[in-house]
Parts: sequence; structure tokens; C-alpha cells
Amino acid sequence: MRLGLVCASALALLLSAGPSVADKSPVKIGVLNDQSGLYADLSGLGSVEAARMAIEDFGGKLFGAPIELVHADHKNRADLASTIAREWFDNSKVDAIADLTASSVALAVQELARERSKFAIHTSGATSRLTGDACSPTGVHWAYDTYALANGTARALVAEGQDTWFFLTADYAFGHSLEKDTGAMVEKMGGKVLGAVRHPLDNQDFSSYLMQAQASKSKMIGLANASSDTLNAIRQAKEFGLVSMGQRLAALLLFITDIHAVGLEAAQELVLTTGFYWDRDEKTRAWSERFNKRRGHMPTMIQAGTYSAILHFLKAVEAAGTKEPKAVMEKMRAMRVDDFFGNGGYLREDGRMVHDMYLVRVKKPGQSKGPWDYFEVIRTIPGDEAFRPMKDGGCKYVKN
Amino acid sequence: MLFELLGVPPQALFAQLLIGLVNGSFYAALSLGLAVIFGMLNIINFAHGALYMAGAFVAWMLLHHFGIPFWASLVLSPLIVAVFGMALERVLLSRLYHLDHIYGLLATFGLVLLIEGTFRQLYGVSGRGYPTPEVLKGGWNLGFMFLPNYRAFVLVAALAVCFGAWFFIERTRIGSYLRAGTENARLLQAFGVNVPRMMTLTFGLGVALAAFTGVLAAPIYQVHPLMGFNIIIIVFAVVVVGGMGSILGAIVTGLALGVAEGFTRVFYPEASATVIFVIMAVVLLIRPQGLFGRR
Repeated sequence: MRLGLVCASALALLLSAGPSVADKSPVKIGVLNDQSGLYADLSGLGSVEAARMAIEDFGGKLFGAPIELVHADHKNRADLASTIAREWFDNSKVDAIADLTASSVALAVQELARERSKFAIHTSGATSRLTGDACSPTGVHWAYDTYALANGTARALVAEGQDTWFFLTADYAFGHSLEKDTGAMVEKMGGKVLGAVRHPLDNQDFSSYLMQAQASKSKMIGLANASSDTLNAIRQAKEFGLVSMGQRLAALLLFITDIHAVGLEAAQELVLTTGFYWDRDEKTRAWSERFNKRRGHMPTMIQAGTYSAILHFLKAVEAAGTKEPKAVMEKMRAMRVDDFFGNGGYLREDGRMVHDMYLVRVKKPGQSKGPWDYFEVIRTIPGDEAFRPMKDGGCKYVKN
Repeated sequence: MLFELLGVPPQALFAQLLIGLVNGSFYAALSLGLAVIFGMLNIINFAHGALYMAGAFVAWMLLHHFGIPFWASLVLSPLIVAVFGMALERVLLSRLYHLDHIYGLLATFGLVLLIEGTFRQLYGVSGRGYPTPEVLKGGWNLGFMFLPNYRAFVLVAALAVCFGAWFFIERTRIGSYLRAGTENARLLQAFGVNVPRMMTLTFGLGVALAAFTGVLAAPIYQVHPLMGFNIIIIVFAVVVVGGMGSILGAIVTGLALGVAEGFTRVFYPEASATVIFVIMAVVLLIRPQGLFGRR
């Protein structure tokens, strides 16, 4: 048994170390995300532009050849995303796929990339499973995850005394993961989860669900959904008097583009956790203004994260002098993520990029100086506190 | 006793009944427009949802760029969108009447992609918020639920428009021309009625109904380019269950399916997105012409 294991690992080692010549073929990056559906504003073509900026800032060339960029719309369908990812990896010589909006898509492509020893750069799919049971030696999770969102927002609110929760949950991988992580955090802090109701993705009318949330008499209503689902829930919760009757909303995942769309009147005073805010320091402002000039809106944490992740990946490939996955991953971990987004963050063995998160409050209409001046940072959550400790994730590739 | 069996308090059921009626009135108003267009023009108007969305966006633009309030938009936006619709009918759809349904369906589907794509390009998928009109803010506490004034207004306005349209088509002289036109257009023309113009105006009426519903929806939902696509599939199911082309069928079925959907959200929320299609499948099995359809 023991001997067999040793032989097998020796064989695996031989196979993986097979070609001793460094792989210096041209580098090709794919951005695969929702470019037409409800997540198109928060990732979409904005992420493609961010990837383009990263390649330009890197210098546009690697190993003497131009770095190529391709992108496609997966329409939030895991089956379509898998087909595109397969075609990119197997026929189009794509080395890394980035963004990967929607957790269902992220989980599917994570597996495809792992089987082929290609890179999956997650900047958008939120589920914390990507660095837990579904982790991969060639997968990185960059901008945020459901654990960090729960940890930031739920911890702060329960500490304030908001200790009973009811969830409105988007009925797919992401919503389930966010509900689970937030519920666990609420209970860990001594609060109680009174119930949850699952709604289909891209739902219009929340009144029935809100009635159920109201009937639960919870102090907090946790919105474990995203984008237009969250916006509609916020608007309708106000309409049905939940807020004026004393219940509070926690938007567990909200992007700056969402605030822009729904307006400060509806979103004011919401507390949320984000991995990035453009108006934080000189460096974030400078990059965001550049992005704004090209896209006409300020970047979300996904778009800024896509820039940071791709730039870091390219630096690592250059430093390794090869595209060989193991060598590249070693370099990615060894080098600090020293840009406006990472702020000296680092990549863990389970694939999590650990960086500071920010607990912010949405400004009131009177406090905002104009478009995009939406957040007030109330707390900077240090990276090591923000993300799930590696030992709790259960990633099987982590050596103890 | 019954409530105990169901495990749901009666308050929750009454609340869902009311909510279901409000949502059902949206379905009714939209499917009514579809039924009018199908019944009179024989066109399956897939662009109905996109025109509903356009109605909401035009209201937003009127408010945002010209400061025109909700009440004026309720009239202006359907007029503007109806003019656009009638131009479409003249240029495009009127050439398809004598062809198979599938041509109309494909042409209008193409229109959906064009209209939605344009708005997506202009406003992004997140869209814009539309404020609730000042006088309709707040609501009544009915004991078993809090009913926002605006939702109550929607229910009344949508039903009034639905029954107005029904009365116009089934009980007035012009309505009788319309119905005669669907039976035998050539004979009607022989009596001196300008049938092509009547068709254009009918299409305009159907489109105006869609845009009107869009304006009603604007303060409730986020005004965004995909709002029509989300609802059009359900509305088609409503029309099929009610019977293609049946005016009364569209209204009654719209309300009933809204209520069915509301109740599903209490008992088994995961199925709320599919319950309408399950009902549609059952109805098609038992009564293929729809509940109110004639063979």
C-alpha cells in the first residue's frame, strides 16, 4: 500500500516534470463572463477593458510575442461557459481564464482548468468553495468571497445588536454559499437565524418573499443575492414599509454600479463589505480615473480585481521564465501583490489572495459630492481577519 | 382548521392573495395587448415585452430630461411608444400578415434584440431607478399586511384599463368593425372601412397597453433593459392558458395566474418561477385551445 503510494507519486512527479525545457510559447488570456445579462455592468466588458489595461501596463509582450486577449459572453449558463472554456483550453491555446462571473460558472471552469493544468483566475464568482472543497492547485480567488462578505457585514451588524436574521436567497450556488457563510457568522457571534426563503435568479417581484421576511419578525433581512435582484429587493422592502417598521436590510453583496443604478435615495445608510473602493487613496483614484475615461463609469471591485490579478499573473510568468503551472504558481505566491488593489496582499496555498477588505456605509444624498461619491469607509478589515483561515476551508491541496 | 392543516397563518394567505392580484393585473394588462394584436392582426408579437420596457424607459427619460411627472407620463409615454409601434407596423409587420405566424414571430424577435440592445448600450443592464409619485408614497396597514398605496393604485389602474379595452372591443361600434375585420377583412373593406389603417391603429392600441403597463411598473421595479424579457415569457404562457386571441381570457387568466404564483411563493418558493408553465402544460393537455379559446 505504502510502496504503491510512493511509486505512484514518483510516477506523477516524473510525468509532471516531463518536459524540462521551459514553455515560452505566446501567452493568451481569456475573459469569460456575463456580457449581456444582469451581471454585465459589474463585470462584463468592464472586466475585459481592465484586462486590456493590465496587458498594456505590463508592456504588451512576453517571451518576445504579444500577449493575446480573447473574451466571450457566457450568459450566466454553466453549460455554455464550460463549452467555451473547453474550446479555449483545448483548441485556442488559452493559458488562463479570468473573471468567471456567477459561482455556478466559476465552479465548472475551476474543474476544467484543474484537469488540464491551466489557470482559473476568479475575480467575480463569489462562493468560498473555490478555496475550500472545490479548490485547485491552478485556481486563484482574487477580489472577495462569500466568507469575507459575511465576515465583514454580519460581524459588524450583530455586534451592533442586530442579532436575529432572515435571508432572501438567490436560488443557486452563490446565494446558497452566501447564506450559509453569513448564517454561520451570525450564529458564531451569538445571533440567531430565523429562516430563509429562496427566490429564482433574476426575479422581479419580491413582495411575497418580503411578506415572509416581515412575518419572521427578524431584526435583519439579509439579501443573499446580487445585482438587479438586490436592487429590486431594496426598493420593494422600502415600499412595503419593512424599513419604516423597524427591520433593517443587509445587502451582502452590492457593487458601486448597483448604487449608481438604484440611487442614493434608496440605498442610503446600507452597510456593506467591498474589496475595493475607487476613492480611497491616490493610487486607487489614479487608476480608476483612467478606467472611467475608457468605460464611462467607475470600476467595481471585480473589474479592479481583474486588472490586479492579470497583472500579477503576467509578472509571475515573466519571473518564472516559463508557463509551466507549478513554477508560475510558486512565483505568484512568492511575490507580494503590490498594486493599488492588493496593497501588499499575498496569495495563499489554497488559492486565496489575502488583502484588506473595507466595511463601508452608503452616503446620504446630501453627503455625496456627485456621481460615484457613494461610500464612506467605516473600517478597514485587515486581510488575515477578513478571509477564512486556510485550515477551516478544507482544501485538499494544502500540505499541513 | 384548513389553515392549520396547511401550516400557514391566514394573514399570510390573504396577503399573498392581494399581492397575487397586483402582479396578476400586470400580467392581465400585458397579455391583453398581446391578445388584441394576435386576435386582430394574427401576429405573435414577441416584441411586446421590449415595448413594455420602452414604455418604462420613456417615462424615465421624460422625468429625467424634461421634468415631466409620472401622471403626464402615464399618458405621454404610451402615446410616444404607440407612434413608434405604428411605424413598425407600417414598415415591417403589415407585410407579414398573409404569411405563416412564424415570420411575424421571427421578425418581432429580431426587434426585441434591436430594442433591448439599444437600451443596454445606452443605460447598461442595471438600468435606472424611478421614484414613486409623492401622493402615492406610504400605505395602509390592513392588519394582515401593509399595502403600499402605489400597489393599490396599480391594481385599480390596470383593471380599469383592461375592462376599458374589453368594453371598447366587445361593446362599441368601432370594436365591432375590428372584430368584423378579423372574420373577413375583404368584406369589411367592401363596406367602405379602411382596413389597413384600422390594423395600424389596433397595433398602436396593443403597444400603448404595453407601454402603459411599463410606466406603471417603473416605480416598483428597477427600470432596466431586460425587464421586458423577464416578463414576456410568463405573459405568453398567460395568453396560451387563456386562449390565443381571447380578450376576456387574457384578463381573467392573468389575474388567476398571478394569484397562483403568489401562493406558490408561500408553499414552495423554489417552484414559483415554474408554476405558471406547469399550469400551461396541464391546460394544453386537457384543453389545447385554452380556457377561453374557441376552436
